[in-house]
Amino acid sequence: MPDKPDRNAIEVVNVSKIFGSGEGQVAALDKVSVSIRENEFFTLLGPSGCGKTTLLRLIAGFDFPTAGEILLYGQDIAPLPPFKRPVNTVFQSYALFPHMTVADNIGFGLEMLGKPKAEIKARVAEMLKLVKMEALAGRRTAQISGGQQQRVALARALAPQPKVLLLDEPLSALDYKLRKEMQIELKRLQHETGITFIFVTHDQEEALTMSDRIAVMSSGKILQVGSPWDIYDKPAERFVADFIGETNFLTAAISGTGNGKARATLKSGTTIEATVAEGFQPKDNATVVVRPEHAKLTKDKGDLSGTVENIVYFGTDTHIHVQLDSGEAFTVRQQNTRSAGCGFERGDKVGILIGNDAAQVLRD
Amino acid sequence: MATAEEVAKAAERRDVRDRWLLSAPALLVILLAATGPLLIVLVYSFLTPGAYGDVKWQFSSDAWTSVFLERDIFDDTLSLAAAHVTIFWRSIKLAIVTTLATLALGFPTAYFMATRSEKTRDLWLFLITIPFWTNLLIRTFAVLQIIRNEGIINTILLKLGIISAPIQILYTDTAILIGMAYVYLPLMVLPIYASMEKLDFRLVEAGYDLYATRFKVLRKIIFPLVKPGVIAGSILVFIPALGAYVTPSVLGGGKNMMLSNLIELQFGQGRNWPLGSALSITVMIIVMVALLAYVRNAGKSGVRHG
Repeated sequence: MPDKPDRNAIEVVNVSKIFGSGEGQVAALDKVSVSIRENEFFTLLGPSGCGKTTLLRLIAGFDFPTAGEILLYGQDIAPLPPFKRPVNTVFQSYALFPHMTVADNIGFGLEMLGKPKAEIKARVAEMLKLVKMEALAGRRTAQISGGQQQRVALARALAPQPKVLLLDEPLSALDYKLRKEMQIELKRLQHETGITFIFVTHDQEEALTMSDRIAVMSSGKILQVGSPWDIYDKPAERFVADFIGETNFLTAAISGTGNGKARATLKSGTTIEATVAEGFQPKDNATVVVRPEHAKLTKDKGDLSGTVENIVYFGTDTHIHVQLDSGEAFTVRQQNTRSAGCGFERGDKVGILIGNDAAQVLRD
Repeated sequence: MATAEEVAKAAERRDVRDRWLLSAPALLVILLAATGPLLIVLVYSFLTPGAYGDVKWQFSSDAWTSVFLERDIFDDTLSLAAAHVTIFWRSIKLAIVTTLATLALGFPTAYFMATRSEKTRDLWLFLITIPFWTNLLIRTFAVLQIIRNEGIINTILLKLGIISAPIQILYTDTAILIGMAYVYLPLMVLPIYASMEKLDFRLVEAGYDLYATRFKVLRKIIFPLVKPGVIAGSILVFIPALGAYVTPSVLGGGKNMMLSNLIELQFGQGRNWPLGSALSITVMIIVMVALLAYVRNAGKSGVRHG
């Protein structure tokens, strides 16, 4: 984002976290480095067990790294206990204090910081308004719904005005509709407060719609960091391409590399132009990915040819699964119209046209 | 044909009847073994003592008068029975100190146990219950062996040259407190542990995250949430401690009379069963009043926030 200053709020430098010892030793994080900019909505995305929550807990201070540094505006906070870090967390389970009212929960952090009563009261009122919970200030946390608890958890974490807000899969317990609402709500809160958000999720759609930048993690490593657009359209590795959205993998012979582009000769013999994963020099053979919506089916000859295997209707679009003559599988996504069907039937011999700038050469 | 409404009503009646039938054995035991004897004690406290123990069936309020008052033998005036008041106060003090001591020892123990891994937790729980396998008297004598002048503590300290003469622990108030704390500790640990085990330790993390120091987390989050366990433990310790008999006698050397000794005396050598009964009921009333006050107080501070 051009309007955001290039100042780093958090810098994670070569951080490793090893749990257990001896034989049962598990590296939850393996020499991870990443910089998170000020005012950014940054998402750690990956499947469960990839180390994203561990990284968040290290930043919060609930666990301490085995090696490496965590800098908050240049100062190493890795050895500090959580109550000495100007960082607050929204927990997956919300972790609201059941023996306190909504208002007391929100004021807890300020009370612990020793703020004067009047200031706490004003700030709590402000927070209640921000998350639209004024009417329920006196309720116990057990007497409000899941979505409301979520709002209180947010208000509680935002009240002390942390430098960085950590969110550990905060929407995973909500139903679909509420989750959509809260996604918009979170973006609004981040915009209004101007606080750096670090958001952990395993939901790729959530990551794509909300984030300024995403770090995709797997097996304790960060595989790629970039804008949602980068991550989706220019995946660097097979895991990233596979984890986010649906995609087609094709083997290709590479020639004429240069300027971030290469010519890829597919098994069908057609040669197409493809972009190359950043900082990668492809050898003779590589994997090329094409998103299903960037390809088009035709009844004539295309770049690839095959037979329609299956047709799945999705409302907004139709997925057509094709068995290529080369033996590989390929899916095409076709936008639906009201007037007609998709125009193809199972068993049809079809060609596939790959659009310009649709293919990306992977690093794997 | 019975209507749906009638069927539902019949089912409800049957349900109620079944519940009474199922609880009948328990109710019978409580009636025969607890309520019945209590009523007898209550009745006895209003009768006249017999010459050789037992009671004469003749109404008298003398027993109740002599719980806290004594009648002057010459001019028949009533004055405060200093001896009884002293004994009551001594027993209440011991019960309070024992409760506080077991709380101070038991709370950290329960916290330690609840924060272990699931497997080791069971082991600790098992270890805590081991003392229950042995008779109270034997446990008390075991404590006596440890603290007596020729006991383990004094022998070791003498051998190491830290002291030149044995420290007199046995037959002091300290000895009674050590014994009481040892005997009643499990009764404090177990209910606190039960509460602590249910505690969501993510709340503790949330507390740390919101700038609460370790002490503040303990006071503002852990303690309020395990308070039901603390209350239960305190009750379980306070009640038997107030009537403790064996431990104060053995470790205190019987120099200072406790409530239990006083009551026993009335049914034994004192041959004053009505007074014994009146004293017993007085103890019950004290316990009930103390508990009500305690639970109320504890409950109030839990609700009040901001």
